[in-house]
This record gives sequence, structure tokens and C-alpha cells, in this order.
Amino acid sequence: MSDIAERVKKIVIDHLGVDAEKVSEGASFIDDLGADSLDTVELVMAFEEEFGVEIPDDAADSILTVGDAVKFIEKAQA
Amino acid sequence: MRRVVITGTGMVSPLGCGTEVSWSRLLAGQNAARKVTEFEVEDLPAKIACRIPFGDGSDGTFNADDWMEPKEQRKVDPFIVYAMAAADMALADAGWKPESDEDQIATGVLIGSGIGGLEGIVDAGYTLRDKGPRRISPFFIPGRLINLASGQVSIRHRLRGPNHSVVTACSTGAHAIGDASRLIALGDADVMVAGGAESPICRISLAGFAACKALSTQHNDNPQKASRPYDADRDGFVMGEGAGIVVLEELEHAKARGAKIYAEVIGYGLSGDAFHITAPSEDGEGAYRCMQMALKRAGITAADIDYINAHGTSTMADTIELGAVERLVGDSASRISMSSTKSAIGHLLGAAGAVEAIFSALAIRDNIAPPTLNLDNPSVETKIDLVPHAARKREINVALSNSFGFGGTNASLILRRYSGN
Repeated sequence: MSDIAERVKKIVIDHLGVDAEKVSEGASFIDDLGADSLDTVELVMAFEEEFGVEIPDDAADSILTVGDAVKFIEKAQA
Repeated sequence: MRRVVITGTGMVSPLGCGTEVSWSRLLAGQNAARKVTEFEVEDLPAKIACRIPFGDGSDGTFNADDWMEPKEQRKVDPFIVYAMAAADMALADAGWKPESDEDQIATGVLIGSGIGGLEGIVDAGYTLRDKGPRRISPFFIPGRLINLASGQVSIRHRLRGPNHSVVTACSTGAHAIGDASRLIALGDADVMVAGGAESPICRISLAGFAACKALSTQHNDNPQKASRPYDADRDGFVMGEGAGIVVLEELEHAKARGAKIYAEVIGYGLSGDAFHITAPSEDGEGAYRCMQMALKRAGITAADIDYINAHGTSTMADTIELGAVERLVGDSASRISMSSTKSAIGHLLGAAGAVEAIFSALAIRDNIAPPTLNLDNPSVETKIDLVPHAARKREINVALSNSFGFGGTNASLILRRYSGN
């Protein structure tokens, strides 16, 4: 796993209080990890803080899984 | 109107996590005041408070993780965690776990707070200033709103009846119990989870209440001597924190399921001073009318009162309340015991009236008046027994609990022993 993926995973584990093995690349925040719509807003804020990127609202709406977040951040930092 | 009884109690107090541990330590004369060490107090006029005993949950300590998952705690101010803990205790104590639609809809929540999540608001203010609006958490608002104590308790226990809240400063807890009792009496609910919660011990709140000249500032070096209601050396209240929650229940509903009954809520009075934003009217007229209304509602006379849990904050206002009580009880003064339990736990603001109503119910249950600590040199002469220093065993069948708040808002509750008729 890339460094970005590891850091994303850690944020998800901390914020949602879920077990590490559940946080796979395809895991959906809401369907698989028990997040609600407010949790996802906070997750996006945490990604922005951690990686120093800005995630506009329309982009945030399309970040539904751990993998989506990793891909967005990799692209933003490229 | 339908009759209302208390069938469960829960408490997080500066003396401990739990009703019974708090009560036994109160009767033993323990005092919860100490120097605040969790944040900088050197530049504050009041450097002391009655804090909850934080710990691992053993020996009466409070461990927040026992009551709310850490990831959920992060989203709310501590007053909501205290309310959740006390509500869990109260519902377990009452043995009430509504599962059917009918039972869930018949059960409501009415928990208030005096000032709510002040510290979280301050922190969000710093975030807004330093990092901008995009860094304000989506949990900022729902974690600070006062009625979210009721909201969270309602969600956890699936209580789908009235979902209400009260904000009347230091009268909050008493108003919550009084208003919730009314909802049951009028048939809007059969069971109500009611009380108050407060987590005010932070820099801005100590600074703000000190600016109002409300806090004790002359006993910083000897915190356990600071809260001294009716004593000549009193100079303000000591801030406390915690929550008190009761399960209120319609009498027949409680009897039908064989519930334990602590006491019946027979009287409730409310009044306004219409005088000053922080000071009570000097003649105690508002407090007097409040108690009188509660007596009238209860259908008893002042001669029936055995014990009064005073508002008694350890400020100049103590003697105003005492004067109003003397006027109310007249010739019965010499048979009444009246104490201020704030001498042991400080002033829990919006939670005070609820915690003190529970103490009043326990005074009835155990026939004992809890003490007024530090009453070494009373500033007034009275025929009323102020229960100095040590708890007093005596017959208590009827107890009155007073709460008075900033804005001139007054509440009095009257509880009576329930003996099966």
C-alpha cells in the first residue's frame, strides 16, 4: 500500500472507530464502515488537513470509498 | 390530573459517578472542591471547582468510555456525555426498557442545561478565526446544542414521546423535572426521562461568572472551605459539573409493572422576580411566591414540610431565600430542617436542581437530612435547623427543593413519600 493509502486508512480508522481489517480499498464509508453523512463531511475535512489539499464540495460528493479518497489525493498531489 | 412518581435516578456528581455513591459520600460529609489543575487558572480570580472524579470507573470514578464510545465523545460536549451516563443509570434503575411501539411512544425526554457546550463554542471560534469556515466540524452544532442531551438520550433508548428541553440557568434541572411531571400529569406521556446536565468548568466560564461577581475568590488556597452557605465568610459559589436524571412515571403505570417508587412529585411552582438580570429581588418575593405555588399545587400547607433542599449557593442571596422560607413556614420554622448540598458538591448550574431533587427524594427514602458543610459562623439567626456540618437523622415525609436562576427565574419542587395510597 502506498504512503497516501496508509495515511488515509489511519484517518478512517481514527474517525470512524472501525477495525483496520475492514478498511479495504473498496470499502464504502457509509455502506461498509457505518458512517453517516456528517461523518463523511468530517472525513473529507481530515483528508484536506492531513494532505494539504482542497477537496471542493462536488468532488467530495464523489468520494464514497477509501479507494476514491486515495485516488483523489494522489491526483491532487501529482 | 394524573399522579407522578420517581421510579429511577441517575447521577454524575462531583462526589462520584452514581446516585448511591454520591449520596453516601454526601451524608459522610465529603467535600468535592479542589484546585483546578486541568487548565491554566493563575490569571483567573476563581481557581477552584468541584470536578467530577475522573478515573477508570472503579470506586465511584467517572470513565466517559463506559458511557459513550470515544469516537462519539469527540463529537459532543461533555455535558451530553454526563447526560447519557445519568440517563442510562436512571433507566436501568427504573427497570424501564421500552421495546414496543406503544411503550416507546409513551416515553419522552426532557433534559436541560444552563449554558451547554460553552468550551466547544470557544474552540470553534478559534478554528473559525485561525483556519476559516471550511474547518468548522459538521458536529460543531449538534454537539453543542442544549437540547441534544435530550436528543441523544432519545435516540439511544428509542424514546419516541415528547423530546423537549429547558434552559433557565440555575433553575433548569428543577424546571425540567417539574415540566416533565406536567406532561405526564396531563397525559402527554406515561414516562419521562428528565433532569439537567452541565459541563461549565473551563476558562471562559470561570472568567465570566467571576466577572458577574458570582464566584468565591477568597478561598483559593483552601478550596474545601469555599462553599459555605449561610456562613459569615461566604463570598460566592464554587462551580460544579455533572448531571442528574430521574425517570418520572405515571403512578398507575409504575404500580402496574411493580416499579420501585422513590417519592411522588406532588408540587411544582414557577415564578419570575422581574427585578435584575443576576440578583434576586431583595425581599425574596419571587422565591416566596414560587414556593407558595408549589404548596398550593401539592394541596398541603407549609406545616407539612419536613426538609428543604435550599438553593443556597453560598452567596449574599442565601439570606434572601432564608427570609422567604421563614415567611412561608411561619411558626413551623423550628420543626424544619433545611440544608444546602452545594456546600459539598458546589453549584452544578443547570444540573443543580435535578441533582438536588434526587437528594431530596433520598432524604425522604432514608429519613435523613444531608448536611450544610462549613457552616461555622452563621450570618443570620433562624429557628430553622440548617443542618450544620453533619447529616441529621429525622423523619422526612415531605421535601421541598428550591432553584433560582439568573434572569429572575424560580422553580420549586415538592416531593412526598409514597406509601401505597
